[in-house]
Amino acid sequence: MTDKKIRVLVAKPGLDGHDRGAKVIARALRDAGMEVVYTGIRQTPEMIAEAALQEDVDVIGMSILSGAHMALFPKVMELLRENGMDDVLVVAGGIIPDEDVPTLNEMGIEGIFGPGTPTETIVGFIRENVS
Amino acid sequence: MSDLVAQVLAGQRRAIARAISLVENDGAQAQATLAALHPHTGRAHVVGVTGPPGSGKSTLVNALALHFRRGDEEQMPRTVGILAVDPTSPFSGGAILGDRIRMRDLAGDAGIFIRSMASRGNLGGLAWATADAVKVLDAAGFDLVIVETVGAGQAEVDIARAAHTTVVVEVPGLGDDVQAIKAGILEIADVFAVNKADLEGVDHAVMALRMMLDLDTRTGQSVMHHGRLMEVAAGADAQPGAAPQSEEEQATAPWRPPIVKTVATRREGILELAAAILAHRAHLEESGMLARRQRARAAAELETIIQQESLRRVLARTDPGELETLLERIARRDLDPYAAAQELLGSPQTP
Repeated sequence: MTDKKIRVLVAKPGLDGHDRGAKVIARALRDAGMEVVYTGIRQTPEMIAEAALQEDVDVIGMSILSGAHMALFPKVMELLRENGMDDVLVVAGGIIPDEDVPTLNEMGIEGIFGPGTPTETIVGFIRENVS
Repeated sequence: MSDLVAQVLAGQRRAIARAISLVENDGAQAQATLAALHPHTGRAHVVGVTGPPGSGKSTLVNALALHFRRGDEEQMPRTVGILAVDPTSPFSGGAILGDRIRMRDLAGDAGIFIRSMASRGNLGGLAWATADAVKVLDAAGFDLVIVETVGAGQAEVDIARAAHTTVVVEVPGLGDDVQAIKAGILEIADVFAVNKADLEGVDHAVMALRMMLDLDTRTGQSVMHHGRLMEVAAGADAQPGAAPQSEEEQATAPWRPPIVKTVATRREGILELAAAILAHRAHLEESGMLARRQRARAAAELETIIQQESLRRVLARTDPGELETLLERIARRDLDPYAAAQELLGSPQTP
């Protein structure tokens, strides 16, 4: 009747309004039996951190295509730390150049999935890494 | 008292979020936590918002919460906890919880707490744990707890048991006046919001609801005439000769659900809707209905807990092999399920 479900926040920070990719991921995670809180486009880092806290999610997935990831992702990670939510698994997708990946990994963004990643890869990564 | 309980009572947001997860997952400490929170509940006004998918429930909740946070000339600002329930997939067990999309205006306000819940197989429009999550928000000190149900059709009426005031959201064009007299969701309304009131057919929708209410009180004002819904000017209320109600009659008069037209996206009619919700609360208190509803709710809750606990105990002490054998015999029509249940429950003497 009540099993522990993996809860995922899917958010699109920044100003680009292209959320098809985020919706595809949300749907794939739903079909994998996860509870996906979908917050929509144009989320500020503050909104993402607040939603993650209230929803008590295990995972945050952020998608960004505008190129602002190096400005927005660090802010989200900082806010999560402030809220004592370091244990949340953070993954990212969208258009993220390879040279930025090591910096983002260091920051604690553990999975980075570019265009064309099979959804099963992402589902598998979340299942393995969620604490 | 556990740290978590103390932190919830102090209104700490991370603790509130964790406590809700705890009751959702029915973890080992869930019962103990709820038991410790129980004495601190009962203060919040619980408002249910239900209606068909796409009728604008989330947008209305967003607008209502903004209004209650601000307050107005007559009303103090209130803090608002929101529980938004969306359906769980019957196939994968997963869910998309999308109600926050319409509530982005509420971000960054420490007097607001929004939590999305998946229905997890419950069919009444709520999740099993919704009533317990309400308790967490109530104990954490929110003045108002708004519960938005799964998009509901006709029969998802659990919210009426969980809320003090139930708002049923309708939109123009959904059905005729026979839809309006069917049993179910329309019967549980304390307040009607006819949302998307800028759409064609809004007056017809309002009239159909009014007719339903008039049938209830036998003061017919709207009638179906040659297949068209018409309003009759000289209803009982409007008759100049009708005897005025005595003061006592007015005090005990049944609540007639007001019908409020709203356009949630433009925040039109929100003031009136909020006023109707608060008027209903005042009516509950003055008429003694509040106490009766609390008691009825306590009865329903106790019954549910006993059911779940009995089931848990029976399953815990039943050997899985024995259960399997019984199921097999029932499937073969070798045994009926009633006798099997009696056997599992045991005679009253067995522990």
